[in-house]
Amino acid sequence: MKTITTDALIIGAGLAGLRVALACQAQGQQATVLSLVPAKRSHSSAAQGGMQASLGNSVKSQGDDETAHFIDTVKGSDWGCDQTVARMFAHVAPKAVRQSAEWGVPWSRIKAGPRQAVINGKTTTIKEAVQTHGLIHARDFGGTKHWRTCYTSDGTGHSLLYAMDNKAIAAGIEVHERVEALQLIHDGQRCQGAIVRDLVSGELIAYLAKTTTICSGGYGRLWSASTNALICEGTGTSMALETGLVPIGNPEAVQFHPTAIVPAGILVTEGCRGDGGVLRDVDGHRFMPDYEPEKKELASRDVVSRRMTEHMRTGKGVKSPYGEHLWLDITQLGAAHIDKNLREVKDICNNFLGIDPAKDWIPVRPTQHYSMGGIRTNEKGEAYGLAGLFAVGEAACWDLHGFNRLGGNSLAETVVGGMIIGEHVAAAAKQTDAPEEAVAVPHWHAVAAEIDALLQAEQGNDPYDLREQMEQIMMDKVGIFRTGTELEQAVVELEQLQRQASELKLHNRTRHSNPELVEALRVRKMLKLAVAVAKGALARTESRGAHAREDYPQRNDNEWLKRTMVHWRNDAAELSYEAIDISKMELPPGFRGYGEDNTIAHPDSAVRLAQVEQWQQQYPDATEQERQQALMPYELPTLLSQPNQRRGVGK
Amino acid sequence: MTGRTITFEIFRCDPQHPNDSARMQTFELTEAPGMTVFIALNQLRKEQDRSLQFDFVCRAGVCGSCAMVINGMPTLACKTLTSQFKSGKIKLMPLPGFELIGDLSVNTGKFMRSLSERLQGWLVPAGAERSFDAVEATMEPQTAEMIYESERCIECGCCVSACATAQMRDTFIGAVGLNKIARFTLDERDGRGPDDFYHVLGGDDGVFGCMTLLGCADACPKGLNLQMQISYLRRKLALNPDRII
Ligand SMILES: Cc1cc2nc3c(=O)[nH]c(=O)nc-3n(C[C@H](O)[C@H](O)[C@H](O)COP(=O)(O)OP(=O)(O)OC[C@H]3O[C@@H](n4cnc5c(N)ncnc54)[C@H](O)[C@@H]3O)c2cc1C
Ligand code: SF4
Ligand code: SF4
Ligand code: FES
Repeated sequence: MKTITTDALIIGAGLAGLRVALACQAQGQQATVLSLVPAKRSHSSAAQGGMQASLGNSVKSQGDDETAHFIDTVKGSDWGCDQTVARMFAHVAPKAVRQSAEWGVPWSRIKAGPRQAVINGKTTTIKEAVQTHGLIHARDFGGTKHWRTCYTSDGTGHSLLYAMDNKAIAAGIEVHERVEALQLIHDGQRCQGAIVRDLVSGELIAYLAKTTTICSGGYGRLWSASTNALICEGTGTSMALETGLVPIGNPEAVQFHPTAIVPAGILVTEGCRGDGGVLRDVDGHRFMPDYEPEKKELASRDVVSRRMTEHMRTGKGVKSPYGEHLWLDITQLGAAHIDKNLREVKDICNNFLGIDPAKDWIPVRPTQHYSMGGIRTNEKGEAYGLAGLFAVGEAACWDLHGFNRLGGNSLAETVVGGMIIGEHVAAAAKQTDAPEEAVAVPHWHAVAAEIDALLQAEQGNDPYDLREQMEQIMMDKVGIFRTGTELEQAVVELEQLQRQASELKLHNRTRHSNPELVEALRVRKMLKLAVAVAKGALARTESRGAHAREDYPQRNDNEWLKRTMVHWRNDAAELSYEAIDISKMELPPGFRGYGEDNTIAHPDSAVRLAQVEQWQQQYPDATEQERQQALMPYELPTLLSQPNQRRGVGK
Repeated sequence: MTGRTITFEIFRCDPQHPNDSARMQTFELTEAPGMTVFIALNQLRKEQDRSLQFDFVCRAGVCGSCAMVINGMPTLACKTLTSQFKSGKIKLMPLPGFELIGDLSVNTGKFMRSLSERLQGWLVPAGAERSFDAVEATMEPQTAEMIYESERCIECGCCVSACATAQMRDTFIGAVGLNKIARFTLDERDGRGPDDFYHVLGGDDGVFGCMTLLGCADACPKGLNLQMQISYLRRKLALNPDRII
């Protein structure tokens, strides 16, 4: 058994993984990062739109602060998030943007003076103050009170990931590329690393570590149409599930993005609508104002996706050989604006559709986009069920996003989560004894035996076929609108596929680089996750955020203000729930502000609201800190706890 | 032209297999509307040969994983539409100049990391790091845009494969390396100027090894202005009166 020993093992070299690694290295802990692909090719590089942080620099961002960011995030989550986490997050986000500027990100900057912008379909003049010239700019994104989304043209994820990876290279952090973690090493109490397969040589290596952090991204590829990169297959998440000890939180909370191009499923950024683009139907009619007169195209993502689906159901979709779609119209923004700020969009339109978005409308429809659920962790990022195991980024359910995440909050979560949780990972690594090789042995043998069996099987099912069936079931029955009947079918069918996956037959018997073997190992993990998603969705008989049940259209705080937990036990998904305590909320559940309010309220909500209001009336002169301490205290690592300075323009 | 049969001629080699030697293999496939080389290769692997090796990650032309030589031109396979080849014949070769993993898969990641280590391709701050609690330092909007312009490189390696100098001299840093240096010297937050890169820039491995034939710029799938970057560096070096070149 080949072994590699390190202090902090980090599975995933996207933004979350690299930022955790940097935090560990800064604390003198050796970090070793694993990735399926070279770090800079991780999915984080594909994020175009931006990253939310309440810098409050631009004229359209004036008055913004941590509290506004916190409130938007909680409302966006449909009260499903952990409010303490949302508070911590909103506080650290400005630091994350400013630090990344010091590390090289060329954030787009404010130019003083007047400029033309398209707001709400109309060209408007905006004038930026002289004092803000050269500060970091922000654009408008859905579901935010102020313009808060910092960006670098339309390559925010690319710039951030390059800055982070360059910094990691400078720090001498080792990234082991083209390897895949397959099983966690643990003794039932403590996680001590992972069994990892080298995708080129086929060698199995036991990585032994004091702490293990899973930053393996989302699981969008469970669906046949997803904006995610091809490697977003959720195997890291499933690996935690497979321990039987670590639960997945809210697997059913899945976001569909309103604007992926048809048929390729490639995302065009929300920045298109933020910058003034509109949605049109088969008649060229701009329909969003009919449904959402106030927010229109910039209502929260889940809302826009559902309105689009609803509108297509009324027969207003555009028919095409690839199914129905609608139009995204950014022609109003003009060629100059598109060339500068939406160039990736232009490239995508050119390359994959053969059209010019300055002249032509873009065919779009809602497509799977983001996994709010993931490995359930506490506020420190520690996974439930196994000591020494952490999760950060899209792979985690830290629970910043609840049932719907806001655009720009995910990039921010990866970096902010990496900063906060990275401190805890480093501290844990310092306090932990060196891992024991003996613990790894049975895990190594289990994986080796699985691979041997796959390479020898004379009969069994085809991994590619099972995969295709799974993707289709997820798309048809576990999509944007959900019903009990369809979900029941989905669970039965997915469970059957999951059983079939125990017998697979391969054509390719190569032990080293073998794409079919990779597929076989992955499809087993993916099917477990798919079962967890479908079961969670079936059980949740309410609609909250992105989880929309047609048979249960109301948000039901009375019965469902709780988090789904899925454990994998006896080769089946087992559900349980974790209460979300209203009496500890800073912002008690209320109306989210879209469509009509048909929430079934929880009696505690009114009680808590009265408490909060009473406190505020009683102490009108309390400082921000005193207020926080009284209503919902939270603790950050000292390094990250200082107040954020702002220019305070207009104050 | 939908529905026609396309013929793929694909380079095959498994360097880890002791008896394997390089060969070309022919496959046929029925073209579908909007088919890209990405779609075609996946279909071939699923339906005809489970051992075919290639790399795709984003399938959207932004991650730089899938560069290969398609009918003689180094480019990104994910955004290459099969319909653009009127003959219906498509020849796929791995990118030259990189370690071969197998078939169409090459190790560009390893190349780029060692290039970055060699050039110190990261920001070396001009001064002390500013506290992240404070309002950020300002930057001219135009400077930020210029930096972003060169930072758009996705390290795909097409420029290296298209460059005669790089093919002849292993140590030549290529357009990707020159562009990287230009990116950091442009950045006022970085304490280094072109002179600080003289040890690589000033010799045959740098701007003076470059023959300015611009194969790199023709091949760059991001359309980077590599010509401008190369001449910028050359000018900067030449302008320094203390330097005899
Ligand atoms: C098209 C698109 C655009 C987006 N735009 C925005 C935006 O504008 N703003 C925003 O806030 N968010 C955006 N998002 C979301 C955001 O990009 C992601 O949520 C975020 O980048 C995830 O980062 P991460 O570090 O958690 O994971 P990733 O960047 O996905 O990295 C995962 C890493 O894990 C590795 N890995 C996975 N499994 C294994 C394994 N088993 N073994 C070893 N390594 C493994 C991978 O190789 C990779 O390095 C967008 C998402 C998409 C799909
Ligand atoms: S100009 Fe020619 S020699 Fe110089 S980097 Fe480009 S391709 Fe290579
Ligand atoms: S300069 Fe262009 S061709 Fe060269 S690696 Fe960068 S993106 Fe690819
Ligand atoms: S797969 Fe990412 S550029 Fe082609």
